[in-house]
Amino acid sequence: MTLPLFTPNQDPGPDFSALLNTLGHSEIPSMAFSASDYSRLTQSPQNSDVMQAIPHGTTIVAIRYNGGVVIAGDRRATEGVSIAHRSIEKVFPADRFSAVAIAGAAGPAIEMVRLFQTQLEHYEKVEGAFLSLEGKANQLSQMVRSHFPMALQGLVIIPLFAGYDTKRSAGRIFSYDVTGGRYEETEFHTTGSGSRSARTTIKLGYKESLSIEAAVLLCIKALYEAADDDAATGGPDMIRQIFPIVAKVDQNGYEQFPQETVKEYFASLISEIRTEPT
Amino acid sequence: MTMPYYVAPEQVMKDRAEYAQKGIARGRSLIATVYKDGILLVAENPSHTLHKISEIYDRVAFAGVGKYNEFDQLRVAGIRHADTKGYAYSREDVDARSLANVYAQYLGQVFTHEMKPLEVEILVAELGDTKQTDRLYHISYDGTVIDQEHFAVLGGDSEAIAERISATLSTDAPIKQALSICIEALQGPDRQLNSRELEVGALDRNLQRRFFRRIDESELEKLLKSKK
Repeated sequence: MTLPLFTPNQDPGPDFSALLNTLGHSEIPSMAFSASDYSRLTQSPQNSDVMQAIPHGTTIVAIRYNGGVVIAGDRRATEGVSIAHRSIEKVFPADRFSAVAIAGAAGPAIEMVRLFQTQLEHYEKVEGAFLSLEGKANQLSQMVRSHFPMALQGLVIIPLFAGYDTKRSAGRIFSYDVTGGRYEETEFHTTGSGSRSARTTIKLGYKESLSIEAAVLLCIKALYEAADDDAATGGPDMIRQIFPIVAKVDQNGYEQFPQETVKEYFASLISEIRTEPT
Repeated sequence: MTMPYYVAPEQVMKDRAEYAQKGIARGRSLIATVYKDGILLVAENPSHTLHKISEIYDRVAFAGVGKYNEFDQLRVAGIRHADTKGYAYSREDVDARSLANVYAQYLGQVFTHEMKPLEVEILVAELGDTKQTDRLYHISYDGTVIDQEHFAVLGGDSEAIAERISATLSTDAPIKQALSICIEALQGPDRQLNSRELEVGALDRNLQRRFFRRIDESELEKLLKSKK
């Protein structure tokens, strides 16, 4: 490796993906091989089940509460009708004051998260300043957009971005569509295959300025209901002690709850909804 | 037919070295030292926004003296080098030694082949798991790398400052004490530096993942006050 120096008119600035392009790396998933290659691979008869063999992540939820935002995701990844992973993580810190969670094709999605994390840190170090929360949301939008050709071939990635806006002193949630469309959500958002049940659950329990405890419990309830109705969403795994990843972003930054705490929330939820057979 | 002038290579190198040294001597100096919880970087810098000290990666920090635009270009190149390496391999594969070598290659190349050498002196510091594995790589304008133990001084007045600090240095000093040792060495007997004229950063072993932090003016003031 040599020192990456550029002439002023070729300098990629604080943009890490532009830097990779200038250096000629092809680590960005959508550029690793072209959409038409992928189409040829998946549509040839012997490979028609390629899609079935790609792990997919499922349900993600995020709720605003009075001190910021809570974001949570189940731990299951599926390959067609079988379970590929029981303890995959889909919620990540994007930087100190934001979190990103992903639903969809797990491979390229996790790669996108890695690139996004590096992108934010790179900007912060080169410029000596944080990007605004809106700026971060737009960066992610551009990444989803550049992935669109792959989404058309079936490799759909839907991220959910949530963070604490230090200027407004409030949590904010951004949802995306496959084209990179970016929408700000004022209360909560859910995405992934179990999102319908999760959304309904949150809708029924949501109130303005929830406390952190109430918001976490609502997230857990939503994931539980999603797992109850959607085969691709994993519920609490009491045998292996695997529970959803739950994190909050508030004025002190990103913090993931310990699995033990999530387990306690589940215990109280289960005692609340358990019905004895008659 | 005109004959090109012959200039002895010794003379060329001497002139270039002199030119670079002059440029560096115009700027103010900087000290890096190992202290109780990591590595402390103290620079004399009247500007609050044009930094001499900066974060490169999780365990790696950068410091430069001399011409601002030149060392800042090196700083950004270092961040790019580290971030691409960490992205292509893994975060733990990024280290100061390889970065110091890349810097040295470039500075050496410019010194011998370009019109003008870079008027900079830079430092790449790496926080090890223990004090024994902390690293300070001092790279000068001609590409010479020195692996320094315990402390490094960069800038014009470096010999006098190095003499002062080596007399008072203690690698077990807590941050307050290390800071006052550095400041006294920087200012010398006839001057008094206040917190507005200093830029301080640290690779702090008490942090997690990203170990670099800036010690801003208010924290610096507190540290300086409480020592008295």
